[in-house]
Amino acid sequence: MPQGYQISQLYHPLVGEGSIEIALDEKDPEGSNKTIGIERIHVEQDAGKLMHDQHPTMSYVDLNRSGVALMEIVSRPDMRSPAEAGAYVRKLRTILRYVGSCDGNMEEGSMRADVNVSVRRPGEPFGTRTETKNVNSVRFVMAAIEHEANRQVDLIESGGQVVQETRLFDPDSGTTRSMRSKEDAHDYRYFPDPDLLPLELDDAFLEECRASLPELPDAKRHRYENALGLSAYNAGVLTAEVETARWFEALLAAAAEAQGRSEADVAKQASNWLISELFGALNKAGKNLEDSPVSPEAGAELLALIGDGTISGSIAKQVLEKMLETGDGAAAIVEREGLKQESDTGAIEAAIDAVMAANTDKVEEYRSGKDKLFGFFVGQTMKAMQGKANPQVVNEVLKQKLG
Amino acid sequence: MTDVTELGVAAIREGVAKGEFTAREVAEAFNANVAAAQDALNAFIVATPEKALEAAEKVDADRAAGKELGKLAGVPIGMKDLFATHGVQTTAASHILEGFSPQYESTVSQKLWDAGAGMLGKLNLDQFAMGSSNETSYFGNVISPWRRNDGGNAPLAPGGSSGGSSAAVAARLCPAATGTDTGGSIRQPAAFTGITGIKPTYGRCSRWGIVAFASSLDQAGPMARDVTDCAIMLEAMAGFDAKDATSLDMPVPAWEAGLSADLSGKTVGIPREYRMDGMDADVAKSWEDGIAWLKDAGAKVIDVSLPHTKYALPTYYIIAPAEASSNLARYDGVRYGLRDLPEGANLQDMYAATRAAGFGAEVKRRILIGTYVLSAGFYDAYYTQAQKVRTLISHDFKNAFTQCDVILAPTTPSASFALGEKSGDPLEMYLNDVFSVPASLAGLPAMSVPAGLNSEGLPLGLQLIGKPFDEQGVLNAGLALEQRAGFTAKPEKWW
Repeated sequence: MPQGYQISQLYHPLVGEGSIEIALDEKDPEGSNKTIGIERIHVEQDAGKLMHDQHPTMSYVDLNRSGVALMEIVSRPDMRSPAEAGAYVRKLRTILRYVGSCDGNMEEGSMRADVNVSVRRPGEPFGTRTETKNVNSVRFVMAAIEHEANRQVDLIESGGQVVQETRLFDPDSGTTRSMRSKEDAHDYRYFPDPDLLPLELDDAFLEECRASLPELPDAKRHRYENALGLSAYNAGVLTAEVETARWFEALLAAAAEAQGRSEADVAKQASNWLISELFGALNKAGKNLEDSPVSPEAGAELLALIGDGTISGSIAKQVLEKMLETGDGAAAIVEREGLKQESDTGAIEAAIDAVMAANTDKVEEYRSGKDKLFGFFVGQTMKAMQGKANPQVVNEVLKQKLG
Repeated sequence: MTDVTELGVAAIREGVAKGEFTAREVAEAFNANVAAAQDALNAFIVATPEKALEAAEKVDADRAAGKELGKLAGVPIGMKDLFATHGVQTTAASHILEGFSPQYESTVSQKLWDAGAGMLGKLNLDQFAMGSSNETSYFGNVISPWRRNDGGNAPLAPGGSSGGSSAAVAARLCPAATGTDTGGSIRQPAAFTGITGIKPTYGRCSRWGIVAFASSLDQAGPMARDVTDCAIMLEAMAGFDAKDATSLDMPVPAWEAGLSADLSGKTVGIPREYRMDGMDADVAKSWEDGIAWLKDAGAKVIDVSLPHTKYALPTYYIIAPAEASSNLARYDGVRYGLRDLPEGANLQDMYAATRAAGFGAEVKRRILIGTYVLSAGFYDAYYTQAQKVRTLISHDFKNAFTQCDVILAPTTPSASFALGEKSGDPLEMYLNDVFSVPASLAGLPAMSVPAGLNSEGLPLGLQLIGKPFDEQGVLNAGLALEQRAGFTAKPEKWW
């Protein structure tokens, strides 16, 4: 710190006790949960950063963040495994991003973890802990804990003692090493900063905070499941990142409007399309939702075409690809490419008649009980109609004709 | 033509406004006095005659163009070298900041330039404002223009820490100067040199850009020939500043327009704890004079009690060094000023070598004291205890002010002393602040006004302490004293 000291809230942290819920299996958010206590959140000045990789013989000091306020979120010793710690950090990051107080980018240092680890034999009180500073990814947090716990166990089993100290994590070797030894343990000489007057937060300010608090991930997930009828899996995927949830809600609103239906009515369609179609297509194109060429409104237009039977689900896949390629609207593409779905029973009947005539053996087999062949007839019919036949109509007519 | 250097702020401003003389003539006259006195008095660390002329020329041009002139138009002043001045070396009289040229201007100095004042130079002081005699300056001590009437010509202390300011104003090197007061650094030197100085309520003047000594105590204020000049200048210096979180968010009163020496209906408190055994007879006499003068001005005078007075000095010498030890941590040789990098030194070695070479003995002493009182195991016994006592001292004043409007006391326990006379014993030096420190701890406005000469022919000051935010009450009582004291003595020019 250029001023030679750091301002931190020691006695009166800005935020008092709380807790957050983590899912022990993150793939199953409705499975067993665990509550991790939050002791406090206090504000302190960020320090300068040493950069050792900018020059062959010198280290640089980056003071860009120096003096800027950061919040330190102190958890209780409630986590029992690297996986729980990883889940905790991820959940915390999700919440912070929802609230908008931090972008949670650990690589860029906007979120870092100081990892405290201790080990003990079953039933015994907590052992002496070590603190590994400034770990900058969830993976590293888990690796640091793994290594540090093993190191402490080995140490104790070989008759040694864990020393309370500050350690550093080396991502290249996946190990931790001592940073400060006990001999230069610091006497911080804390005292109230005379340049800062006491800060009084009144009830009106707290009320304002409460009122401006957005819907948090767990609440949103529950609402998606209960009010919108989404599956637990879909609700979990859509609420994991605030950007996804925002995109989904924009899509939902536009889709409901385009189809003149309630959000709950189109939620399933919209969520399935977003997760299985758009995510897949974007992934293939190496893109994220944030830089998607298809906007929620354009997605809603496509969903409306599926919803009113203009195109089938499989045609919709083609249309989406074209949308991603050209940036054109779904309706325009369907019109231009002649992809409108054929619901005319006459044309479909004709096609089915032709398929049945060409495959009399298969018709016999089906009629003698080989039900599985139904799919074959659907496929052949769709093929004959270049995929444009309304699959529901095809199904109905086939059932009639095959008897 | 009149000798403009004999004029104060109000008279110069009026003369320039009326065209009796130009601002440039004023600046030139003071520039000449500054140059002529430098070798003998050492009041300035850096003279900036070109800055004084530049500001003066702007005022003359504005006047010629019929523009409205600022509150201090045409008044050249001295700037204590504790205020950051853009592009002009700012040292706090320390070796560690020698050659440091700030990239920005302090709020207070900027306000003064905006009011039309010009800068004659950066005034000498005790190093980091730590001292009461100006003997701790790295750039040599300031010599008071005053001499004892015994013909001995012993060089005397101009007081401290604003000793360059007090000597320069008393010797007519500038009509007014800025000072800063942490435990008496405006009032004590003003008293020693027969001039007037006021420390306003803590928070009145922004501390932004003032080299920090003890942040909860530091406060800027004016030092000038008389009460009116102080009122004019304080009005220009004060005001809320978002860059200082302790700055008072209150309008600046029109102190000059509000000046009145009529004290009818006012009550003056005389603190009985300030009447100490073995008090200097001349000081006791001037205090009695002061009481008589204020009664004459219509005030009722009563005894008041400030029971925790005797704890003020030890309290101050815990809190101020504690804050200083933290504020001075930034001088490490990395970013500005001195860097001492011995052969083969690592970073810690560089810090240590730079600080060892850059800080003077008194500064080191206070850093050590501050570090000690804040260290684990001693914190509660010293720092926490001192903060409690500080609160008690504030309550003393609060209680006293339920009975009176302003408090009258001597500014210092004695008149100026000879250089070297007290510098061997820090405790004796610290005793100089015994009357000034309590008001600092309580953050109250306090002023020193010249009351007369002692038997050695040296000035004595009387101190007025007011309620929080009541600078007007202090200034008015000061004006009443000033009118009755009729103090016209000035040092005989020997330099």
